[in-house]
Amino acid sequence: MKKLMLGNAAAARGLYEAGCAVVSSYPGTPSTEITEEAAKYDEIYCEWAPNEKVAVETAFGACLAGKRSFCGMKHVGLNVAADPLFTISYTGVNAGMVIAVADDPGMHSSQNEQDSRHYAKAAKVPMLEPADSKESLAFAKLAYDLSEEFDTPVFLKMCTRIAHSQSIVETGERVTPPEKRYEKNIAKYVMMPGNAIRRHPVVEERTRKLIAWAEESDINRVENGDDHSMGIITSSTSYQYVKEVCGDTYPILKLGMIWPLPEKKIIDFAAAVDKLVVVEELDPFIEEHCRNLGLNPAGKALFPLEGELSQNLVADKLGIAHEAGPGLDETIPPRPPVMCAGCPHRGLFYTLNRNKCTVLGDIGCYTLGAVAPLAAIEMTACMGASVSAIHGFNKALGKESEGKTVAVIGDSTFMHSGMTGLANIAYNQSNSTVIILDNSITGMTGHQQNPTTGYNIKGDPAGKIDLESLCRAMGFTRVRVVDPYDLQQCDQAVKEELAAEEPSVIISRRPCALLKYVKHKPPLTVTDKCKSCQSCMRIGCPAISMKDGKARIDSTLCVGCGVCQQLCRFDAFESTGKEA
Amino acid sequence: METKNIMIVGVGGQGSLLASKLLGHLLMEQGYDVKVSEVHGMSQRGGSVVTYVRYGDRVSSPVIDRGEADFIVSFEVLEAARWLGFLKPGGQIVTSTQQIDPMPVVTGKMPYPENLVDKMKATGAKVDAIDCLSLAREAGSSKAVNIVLMGRLSHYFDLPQQAWQKSLEFIVPPKFLELNKKAFELGKNA
Repeated sequence: MKKLMLGNAAAARGLYEAGCAVVSSYPGTPSTEITEEAAKYDEIYCEWAPNEKVAVETAFGACLAGKRSFCGMKHVGLNVAADPLFTISYTGVNAGMVIAVADDPGMHSSQNEQDSRHYAKAAKVPMLEPADSKESLAFAKLAYDLSEEFDTPVFLKMCTRIAHSQSIVETGERVTPPEKRYEKNIAKYVMMPGNAIRRHPVVEERTRKLIAWAEESDINRVENGDDHSMGIITSSTSYQYVKEVCGDTYPILKLGMIWPLPEKKIIDFAAAVDKLVVVEELDPFIEEHCRNLGLNPAGKALFPLEGELSQNLVADKLGIAHEAGPGLDETIPPRPPVMCAGCPHRGLFYTLNRNKCTVLGDIGCYTLGAVAPLAAIEMTACMGASVSAIHGFNKALGKESEGKTVAVIGDSTFMHSGMTGLANIAYNQSNSTVIILDNSITGMTGHQQNPTTGYNIKGDPAGKIDLESLCRAMGFTRVRVVDPYDLQQCDQAVKEELAAEEPSVIISRRPCALLKYVKHKPPLTVTDKCKSCQSCMRIGCPAISMKDGKARIDSTLCVGCGVCQQLCRFDAFESTGKEA
Repeated sequence: METKNIMIVGVGGQGSLLASKLLGHLLMEQGYDVKVSEVHGMSQRGGSVVTYVRYGDRVSSPVIDRGEADFIVSFEVLEAARWLGFLKPGGQIVTSTQQIDPMPVVTGKMPYPENLVDKMKATGAKVDAIDCLSLAREAGSSKAVNIVLMGRLSHYFDLPQQAWQKSLEFIVPPKFLELNKKAFELGKNA
């Protein structure tokens, strides 16, 4: 059946059609929908794991047991999963195992712009790279065949523009893959030195065989053009920009497998054109391979190492003219993302700002606590770093920092990588204050369940980890819960826990304001008691603005959380008493 | 047919994904090759968001670049102005007159530019500006602005009314269908 499908949904369809039976992933933009879509097929067991390392190991266990398995993650998630990856490359698989990794050039929703293709080369794991939804589906299926034929996990490499673009696919039926009974095989699956030494040559031989496959496969295809003055090697979304600009003019070598790369095919292609150009986003991955083959392509000498490409950018660099749009002689104020109206994080960050705390942050919506006017967060690096780094910060500065420094981390991020940092605080005893921003969901990636919510990926009741008990079990005696809509309660908790001479955990608990089941109060309105003092403006709520010198509330945005009301000394806010 | 380009721009959370879904379905049903590119994640949180819809005989790039858009459909005036450079010479803007202050305006650091519709027109762009929020409320929900805009956009397309209706039925849950049909009509006849 013909359907318009998101690249991620098409990849999920590919998993389904290939007979994939077990999926374990951790959400991360732009990879999340692969697993969400896979969960809609009853034939596939799907779950959110606490982090990517656990997810990859779960998928590995399932493939070992004889079921085709899958694991999806964003580029930085692969850093977390790298440990099992490098060794699963040695053990190989039993049934097929596919790992999707989604890069985010341009950093639409990421903390860095790393190029995941390096992992394929470093871990010696083949990587397929689709250029649209149709290929996302086809390559997901092909990945399982390759995985089983070559006894290796296989990467499916997505990027934002492939993952989050819809294009037309033709769906097929689900096939039952060949049966793969689990058999004990210590030499293959126990990677102690004596066995791993014997597996390494197997991996190298596998790569040689995969190169031979890459030379022959039509997923690495030459599209002929009439004008041989230039030939372009490209893949993924870069291929689409090249086609948009050049059409069928120049010969193109379109690579569907990005590792290992063919050698003869590239050398032959280069020989048939006057000038060789490599068009790829981020690092010169294909370009360096060409240089290793003795070729001298134009690549990063033309194209940037940073950000996404686009058709105009490709046209500019290839010297092809394009249209320019109208220009408006006007300064357009930027519209950066902000914490939503009613966001439970706002009250807590206001409190931290007022108490002049040094705030070490983490990965999630609450990273927006770094944005003006709250400007509370001073460090964000990776999942879990807030909890580990505050320990180091306080060990370095002692009394100087202990009484004013806090770590903030979301519930899902805490489950992902915060617990081990907390164990370090408990074990090596720093007088650190950790605040868990428990909004009862994985927020930024679009509301996924996690081990603290009590529900699984399908929304059915599941195990629920109790954060208070967990922290106490680790040895924290000071564990308290506050409601971030109650500013006085937050202020008291922060002051007391910072003053305490022992490590402590504050759980700031209130569900995300965007959750469908969260009931809101009627919007507030500003009465003529407003004295234009602008106290309410200090919380950076998008529903409040100043109009004609007075505060004004946008009733379409306000959810009646009442945080602004607590800041007003003139009692100028009152409930409208009715829905917007 | 040469590829046609429609951009849908607005503020995160205004419902542009549903609008692009409607257009994607509609144009695929007409037999075109279609690509729709969306933005998810962090940038959705009240930030400036853009969705690209492209259709034709063969669509390659999933995104629209500067100077390429046949239509810019905008939920908010400032956003129409922000993306104006993406309009093709002679292209059409369809915008709601709603104004939502971005944070630099809320905090008083920058003013919200005045008379943006006239200023956009002065560049040669065709601008159709209507109060979609009032029409959406009239239809029964302030959330139906996206469908009001789609109704307005349908003006500029030589497609049978049934085709739009069919796609509306495809993307809207049955219990909201009547409301959305009304919103579509109000937009179309505005």
